[in-house]
Amino acid sequence: MNNVIQVNGLRKVYKTTVAVDEVSFEVREGEIYGMVGPNGAGKTTTIECLEGLRKPDAGEIRILGVDPQRESKFLRERTGIQLQQSNLPDRIRVWEALDLYTSFYPKAADWKALLGDLGLEEKRNAPFAKLSGGQKQRLFIALALLPDPQLVFLDELTTGLDPQARHAIWDLVRDVRARGKTVMLTTHFMEEAEKLCDRVAILDHGRIVALDTPAALIRSLEMEERVVFNLEGTLPPDLEKALPDKAWLEVDGNRVVIHGSNHRQVPLVSEVVNLLTAQAILFHDLHTEQPNLEDVFLSLTGRKMRE
Amino acid sequence: MKSLMKLTWVEAKLFLREPASAFFTLVFPLMYLFLNGLISGNNPSPMYGGQNAIDASIPGLTAMVICMAGLMSITMTMATYREREILRRMRTTPVTPLIVLCAHVIVVFAMTCLGMLLLIAAGILVYNVQLEGNVFSMFAGFTLSSLSIFGIGFILAGTMPTVRTAWVVGMVLLYPMLLLSGAFFSVEILPAAVQRISALMPLTYVVNLLSGLWVGQPWGNHLLDAGVLLGILVLGVVISARTFRWE
Repeated sequence: MNNVIQVNGLRKVYKTTVAVDEVSFEVREGEIYGMVGPNGAGKTTTIECLEGLRKPDAGEIRILGVDPQRESKFLRERTGIQLQQSNLPDRIRVWEALDLYTSFYPKAADWKALLGDLGLEEKRNAPFAKLSGGQKQRLFIALALLPDPQLVFLDELTTGLDPQARHAIWDLVRDVRARGKTVMLTTHFMEEAEKLCDRVAILDHGRIVALDTPAALIRSLEMEERVVFNLEGTLPPDLEKALPDKAWLEVDGNRVVIHGSNHRQVPLVSEVVNLLTAQAILFHDLHTEQPNLEDVFLSLTGRKMRE
Repeated sequence: MKSLMKLTWVEAKLFLREPASAFFTLVFPLMYLFLNGLISGNNPSPMYGGQNAIDASIPGLTAMVICMAGLMSITMTMATYREREILRRMRTTPVTPLIVLCAHVIVVFAMTCLGMLLLIAAGILVYNVQLEGNVFSMFAGFTLSSLSIFGIGFILAGTMPTVRTAWVVGMVLLYPMLLLSGAFFSVEILPAAVQRISALMPLTYVVNLLSGLWVGQPWGNHLLDAGVLLGILVLGVVISARTFRWE
């Protein structure tokens, strides 16, 4: 498969602050590639270097095989960009914005179809200033799709949206990939990266600290998973001894939490259920709590994402 | 070409949807004209050195329209587009700075023309005003004056760091110019010291040129005015091209 993006040793310094340091990665055709990390980790600087909006201090970037600084016209016609920060004039109507931006591209997609695809048909005549945050974001995604691009950049696309709007946007991004386009996005929501991206680079202080599929990142580190259930009756006193290797138990009234490592041959939940069944202990509402990317970040950096 | 036409069309609609810009270029000058008419009718007035009040005020009010368009509409639109990152969004497309600048010049120039035509139409219909000069000559002078003053607007938009500073500096330039350039009343009735200040103001040359062409004086009488305006125009084009920033 072809690499749509190829980055080697990217570095960008603002005065004395190193925003991006020795970042290298590639994005393959047809994948949703995410760059995740806390605010100030260097995500937007990286993506804006790729978009050709910022000039890197060192390193080599190839987008669709060309240098974004040298071939900006070529890339502007072939990539779709949604910026973290940008606006349209307050009084421009949704259809006018789409019609206007269509005229900027030599070969543009049909904006009337995009209007429907992005659920903006009802807002066709609404002025930009009257749109909700989610509607503005959908309009910006529509504008990014107008050039019918091979590659779409989405920078912090769900920041400031409520969970419902966020899920709707995720579906839209999956649709974009389903049309054969490659998506590169940044986010500071670990959940977004985990649910949406085929591969994720975790960025911290301008460096990539981990890069893989979300599932592999979670599997790669030894972390705790939990099995939680409610007990009917009482707990046999010797249950903890019968627990599998290194697992331990916590009881709060009827509620039992069993903690164990996620690195084991047989999943913790199977061992626990087998044990409970063997000892004829009655339980209900059993569920597992798996480690997520948030835990991966914590274990890699020793800090929580939201700090 | 397609993008220039579309952008011009959209910007024209946005101009007319913005109440302030449409009011000051199209409505306010007419109000002033009618106010003048109510005070003195179209009779000789000492404010205009003995010329008929309405006859004399049309070139002055046209200069006012040009100045409002250049220092308010152009400065504010360009500075706001940059500060609100509207230009930043455009930068991600193949559109060029030249197309963006041209679209704004065309729209504001067309609106300024409309402002002037409304003044002339009102003058002719209500006050029986007559253009003694040559129509083409008058339009050429108007075009030179407009582009020259617009250049000042672009320089401000390009060099001021924020919309607020662009606004303040624009106003500080605009009001003294309107009062002292002869746009509202003849410079000759001002004290000599103030007349010297008038001579430093670009708008004074606009008023002189337009008033002269309006009553049929030849361009030869206004070489200084035309020269100064041409100089400002060249400076405006060079500086606005150099200071254009997408963000």
